[in-house]
Amino acid sequence: MDFLKKFFSSSGSKSRAKERLQIVLIHDRADISPEMLDNLRQDMIAVITRYMDIDTSKIEMDFDRADRSVAFVANIPVIRIKRGVAAAREGERG
Amino acid sequence: MDSRVIVITSGKGGVGKTTTTSNLSVALARGGHRVVAVDADIGLRNLDVVMGLENRVVYNFIDVLEGNCRLNQALVRDKRVDNLFLLPAAQTRTKDAVSSEQMEELCNLLRQEFEYILIDSPAGIESGFRNAAVGADEALVIATPEVPAVRDADRIIGLLESMGKAPIRLIVNRLRAQMVRDGEMLDVSDVLDILAIELIGVVPEDDSVVKSANRGEPLTFSDVSPAALAFQRIAMRLTGKEVPFPKLDEENGRGLFAGIRKLFGMKN
Repeated sequence: MDFLKKFFSSSGSKSRAKERLQIVLIHDRADISPEMLDNLRQDMIAVITRYMDIDTSKIEMDFDRADRSVAFVANIPVIRIKRGVAAAREGERG
Repeated sequence: MDSRVIVITSGKGGVGKTTTTSNLSVALARGGHRVVAVDADIGLRNLDVVMGLENRVVYNFIDVLEGNCRLNQALVRDKRVDNLFLLPAAQTRTKDAVSSEQMEELCNLLRQEFEYILIDSPAGIESGFRNAAVGADEALVIATPEVPAVRDADRIIGLLESMGKAPIRLIVNRLRAQMVRDGEMLDVSDVLDILAIELIGVVPEDDSVVKSANRGEPLTFSDVSPAALAFQRIAMRLTGKEVPFPKLDEENGRGLFAGIRKLFGMKN
């Protein structure tokens, strides 16, 4: 299969090199300091708690590397959605 | 004197820092500038042999910092061209022999004597690199068009930015035009896409580089090989001259110059 891929692909190993570099560098550059990650965490909590109660002790955040992309994945357990948030926001806009 | 301290660095080893430092130093001196090439690779010095000055090294910059000699005694004058000096590293010491304050002090001392102070950095991102960069105003980052070299260059660029160096400019070294045409090597534009810094030059893969290091004669003394011409162009761009970037084929000596040399029966 790889052999066929190589045979029929329009570009050589260069495009693989570029793709791999782009992905590895997202990961390298995402190697952010614990302080920055903590700030991000606090900011996210502040925004999300406007809409719902969450279990802040169980938040998991990490960079997830798939084959062709890097995702920032946050797992945030929800305790309760606040009632009337959507209505309140509608009211603000109006 | 209006001095510029420029650190030549790469992160990854073996991509051409010393070759670049020696060739740019010679080219700048031949252009009439007063130049010192500083070997900051304590314990693994090589700039002296690449420049062919190893037999004339007596003192090194640590001797200067420790007061064992005066700066003038440690500087090795290159007799082949006016205004070119080498300041060697100590071979029998370790990287911890100097502090960053001392390196800044050394750079300030050199600023009083020289127009261009080119510092050949050791590989890596540890104290050796930091000491080489600490006294510099600007930086040249060398990368070959390969995944590990580009990755390490990215890391080094981040560190140089955090140290406030500017401008930070890129040299793509050892480019093989045929492989680029075949789609089997990253092109300059790919490397620039990824690293997103200013390009100051592209040096083609060239056997003359090995030969010149064997002889201890930097190419920019007289050679007309593709790599020599590339280094001359980079030196001119460093001084602020606008020099167009040749097309890939010309960089690799297949263009106009190769045609001329063929005409005169010179070896490619």
